[in-house]
Amino acid sequence: MSALSTLAKPSTRKATQARTRLRASARYAPTLATVGLFLAMFAVGSGLYPSFLSGQVFLNLFIDNTFLIVLAVGMTFVILTGGIDLSVGAVVALSMMVAATLLQQGWNPAAVIVLVLVIGSGLGFLMGLVIQYFDIQPFIVTLAGMFLARGLCYVISLESIPVTEGFFTGMAQAQIPLPGELFISPGVVLALLIVAAAFFVLHHTRFGRTVYAIGGNEHSAMLMGLPVKGTKILVYALSGLCSAIAGILFSFYSLSGYSLAAQGMELDAIAAVVIGGTLLTGGTGYVLGSVVGVLVLGIVQTFIAYDGTLSSWWTKIVIGGLLLVFILLQRLFARKTA
Amino acid sequence: MKSNAVKDLLKHRLAWPVLALAALLLLNQIFRPDFLALRMQDGHLYGSLIDIMRNGAPTILIALGMTLVIATRGIDLSVGAVVAIAGAASCAYIAASPEPASPSTAAVAVLVAVAAALLLGAWNGFLVSTIGVQPIIATLVLMTAGRGIAQLITGGQIISVSNDHYKAIGAGYLFTLPVSILVTAAVFVATAVLTRRTALGTLIEAVGINPVASRLAGLRSRNIIWIVYVFSAVCAAIAGLMISSNVTAADANNAGLYIEMDAILAVVIGGTSLAGGRYTLVGTVVGAFIIQTLTTTVYTLGIPPEVTLVFKALVVIIVCLLQAPKARKLLGSFRPARQVVVKETPKEKVAA
Repeated sequence: MSALSTLAKPSTRKATQARTRLRASARYAPTLATVGLFLAMFAVGSGLYPSFLSGQVFLNLFIDNTFLIVLAVGMTFVILTGGIDLSVGAVVALSMMVAATLLQQGWNPAAVIVLVLVIGSGLGFLMGLVIQYFDIQPFIVTLAGMFLARGLCYVISLESIPVTEGFFTGMAQAQIPLPGELFISPGVVLALLIVAAAFFVLHHTRFGRTVYAIGGNEHSAMLMGLPVKGTKILVYALSGLCSAIAGILFSFYSLSGYSLAAQGMELDAIAAVVIGGTLLTGGTGYVLGSVVGVLVLGIVQTFIAYDGTLSSWWTKIVIGGLLLVFILLQRLFARKTA
Repeated sequence: MKSNAVKDLLKHRLAWPVLALAALLLLNQIFRPDFLALRMQDGHLYGSLIDIMRNGAPTILIALGMTLVIATRGIDLSVGAVVAIAGAASCAYIAASPEPASPSTAAVAVLVAVAAALLLGAWNGFLVSTIGVQPIIATLVLMTAGRGIAQLITGGQIISVSNDHYKAIGAGYLFTLPVSILVTAAVFVATAVLTRRTALGTLIEAVGINPVASRLAGLRSRNIIWIVYVFSAVCAAIAGLMISSNVTAADANNAGLYIEMDAILAVVIGGTSLAGGRYTLVGTVVGAFIIQTLTTTVYTLGIPPEVTLVFKALVVIIVCLLQAPKARKLLGSFRPARQVVVKETPKEKVAA
């Protein structure tokens, strides 16, 4: 909200200093608005329900959404280049199915995890290749990828496969104690490490700068001699890898593989990225914003769970409404800075 | 000379989609010799072709609306949600009305669904044209919230209705043909006449090819954009009526699930570019038939139904690759020089 008040000022023509400040704050404005919204929702929740204001409720947002955080990280990379990846939900389901089936056959869990990660990033890599070398829209290619991954799930099994393997069940139950009788799951640590790595890559490496450059203007990026081709392919491979990791995390969480799992999760991931302040046109956005976006989606669900009288479909309506608000906000900022 | 004619034919933008459809139908015919046969029974036409048309009717309808949206450089992701809302609204109206079996109730239910679609389409059009939001995001809002709204209308239940007049939309017969095929054909003809016999089609293409230039040329591109989104939503609503009347129930969760994907695929396979501009309604219909025939083919060939999606994905990838300009160039580079036309035809056949 503070971002909004700084925006209003410069209209009283306060020289260029204020204008540069405006530009800087406008860049962060959508993300800051998301943070503000999250804090406001948490405050309202704490006012309404006495048990809401606890560290564990906050940490549960992470514990229940580890997979979505990882997905949103991968999706942020793709969207920053101006692309989109519709296959992530299906790849999550495929990863879970492969893991569950192989574990049932007595494979070593480490080998299973490695194989799943290879399959996920391989699929993403292939989609990236097709997008880059055949010049077909990412929308269509990743849609075909979605059909393919979901179809492979059906081929593996139509039934739900339980996971009883020791390492996976251990991970499902493991809790890392924090001071103050709080705890998190190992998955949260992994998800946060991935977020940190993504942050570093996006802001402190050549690859990250190229991702932003492609989203800003692909043609200019190419003329500047940036490795556009390789970066674009790599971004989809990265998203596939993130989907596979999310699939493993979801397996830890649900301890099963089911071909219909994670349906529509690609929409949640895209919504989280947009709510987190990344422009779908590419070029602008922050991976940390996407994480906050996931937390906002999580808190909406927590709200509805706490209320008890609201039906589950309100989640969808509220998420749609939030999307709308943030899109309109982005338009507003885009116009003001233009 | 002859191979020149073949070459010209292959250059036609509909050549590849039609070839793909013909190949699929031929494949079916080989595996089931009575595949293309039609028979009369109780005054109704029956046959695999009729089934394909009937099952594909909702996808064709939605794809027609989607074609115009895509021609303006847009996309409408919300059609699946509109399908669910239309079905939910009409079934909820019938279930709540005092005379749930009367023809007037069915008529009003249809009007309710269409009115809802007008509203939803206008909303999408407002976001895209007036606010200037990217179409993919603007319609994402309704795609996400729409299913929630549909569930709100049905109260999370599957509403069953028993109204024979309503049932006729999706499951009835008229002049020996299923009503849904006739409705779809009527919408197709109306769309073709409205956009091709008037300037509307050209205006839509102009907006898609260069929005700025068309605005500078004095074109009210905003109104055009409103029109296509409203049209798309109305098509989706009619499809929603068909789907819900066919099973005489409204299922807010599963009605029209992923139908937006099928519709977009139909448009792309049909040869309309997602980048906007020139569109082909016939191509879209052929594209939708290809998708529907694929599903039928899976059953004919005895492929287990769970493999359908993999099969579909592979065909989609192949068709898209064949249509990609880069892939064509790649194929072209293997060809001998342009003058030697005679050698060219077999190469094209291989590619087909």
